[in-house]
Amino acid sequence: MSDRDPTHHHLDAKRLLCPMPVIKTQNKIKTLEPGDTLEVISTDPGVKQDIPAWCRINGHSVISVVEEDNEYIIKIEVGSS
Amino acid sequence: MTIQRKAIALLSGGLDSLLAVRVIQEQGILVEAVNFYTGFCVEGHTHAIRKKHKDKNKRNNALWSAEQLGIKLHIEDISEEYKDIVINPKHGYGANLNPCLDCKIFMVSKAQLMLNRARELVDQSGFDFIITGEVVGQRPKSQRKETMPIIARESGSDDLLVRPLCAKNLPPTRPEREGWLDRDKLYGFSGRNRKPQMALAEQFGFEDYAQPAGGCCFLTDENYSKKLSDLWQSRGERKYELDDIMLLKVGRHLRPEPNYKMIVGREEGENNFLTGYRKEFISIKITSHGGPLTLIDGAPTEADLLFAARIAARYSQGHSADTVSVEIRAKNGVCTEHNVIPFPPQDVKAEWHI
Ligand code: SF4
Repeated sequence: MSDRDPTHHHLDAKRLLCPMPVIKTQNKIKTLEPGDTLEVISTDPGVKQDIPAWCRINGHSVISVVEEDNEYIIKIEVGSS
Repeated sequence: MTIQRKAIALLSGGLDSLLAVRVIQEQGILVEAVNFYTGFCVEGHTHAIRKKHKDKNKRNNALWSAEQLGIKLHIEDISEEYKDIVINPKHGYGANLNPCLDCKIFMVSKAQLMLNRARELVDQSGFDFIITGEVVGQRPKSQRKETMPIIARESGSDDLLVRPLCAKNLPPTRPEREGWLDRDKLYGFSGRNRKPQMALAEQFGFEDYAQPAGGCCFLTDENYSKKLSDLWQSRGERKYELDDIMLLKVGRHLRPEPNYKMIVGREEGENNFLTGYRKEFISIKITSHGGPLTLIDGAPTEADLLFAARIAARYSQGHSADTVSVEIRAKNGVCTEHNVIPFPPQDVKAEWHI
């Protein structure tokens, strides 16, 4: 682990249909470091399943999934794999 | 010490690629997968849009497969580059606008690029070969005995391309010759019979896997292909944007005149989806009754718009009323109100439906 402080990021994936929000999340996470967090906002309910599944496969943790006014906000902590 | 061999798999989310990976894992090979997003994938979209599908399982089958297999999956958006495959397939189309052979060559060549790229990176252990779930004779266009070597050759992967489910019907590949894989433990499936795959799935304990009918994308669908041909014909050129091909999946499509097309929402979810396009298209909303949102694509005249409004009214709850109020909204947001007589259902010509 590096001694840098984790950084926090946002990703607007509104109006995109699955799997585009997953692809955007994947590409964003590639640029982040373990321990960083990413908050993805999407309007496609499919992300409730797809983003956690993608995270499980690739070793990242989903911290929370919140549904608000037809928007889905998923917070992810980047894993080290 | 034996070297840990690694393979990259094309994972579509269907049963065949799921089995192909498991067969290779059984031989102690480490597998990672890639899935390509072309814009035409059946996954997700229509379920996400249509309200009546709200309760359906919206899982992405490629992700589901990767999770079952315990492997990493990279999803790549190839929708821009893929346009050229759909518009100009060197090997032509299948029964509809599905350019399966070119599509497969393209996807395998993409995997080959990943294999080459990983080799160049010092910190990556790299991949040794590529696997796909293809089965000889399964698809009339792309999965024939004659096309298998074409895919291997034109993708540049040559004998590093392994099809674990039908390997015994094909010449040994390098991973088999070098002893990385035991050819005896690969399979010799062929033809359209799905029973051997289902039996193997049972043997591996896979349940609830996806069995897409026809193919893995909308281009194998006759109705969808008709709409895409109509789009090209009406625009006078074979081109499309991602929004165009999304909209072909939504609503009723009617072309009463060559110069314009109507996209009529069939239910609330579709109406909501179409509402998001009101800045790009002229739209018609029924204001006096419950009814669809309609987008107009093309260059309609004033008279065309009033005619289209009557057709839209036919699909509203006011279809039997004497008149129905509609709002016609220009792309810049300027709205005009009109009262129209709903079109009699029997007069909506069958040939208008695309
Ligand atoms: S069905 Fe679609 S995705 Fe599958 S090989 Fe054919 S063109 Fe490609």
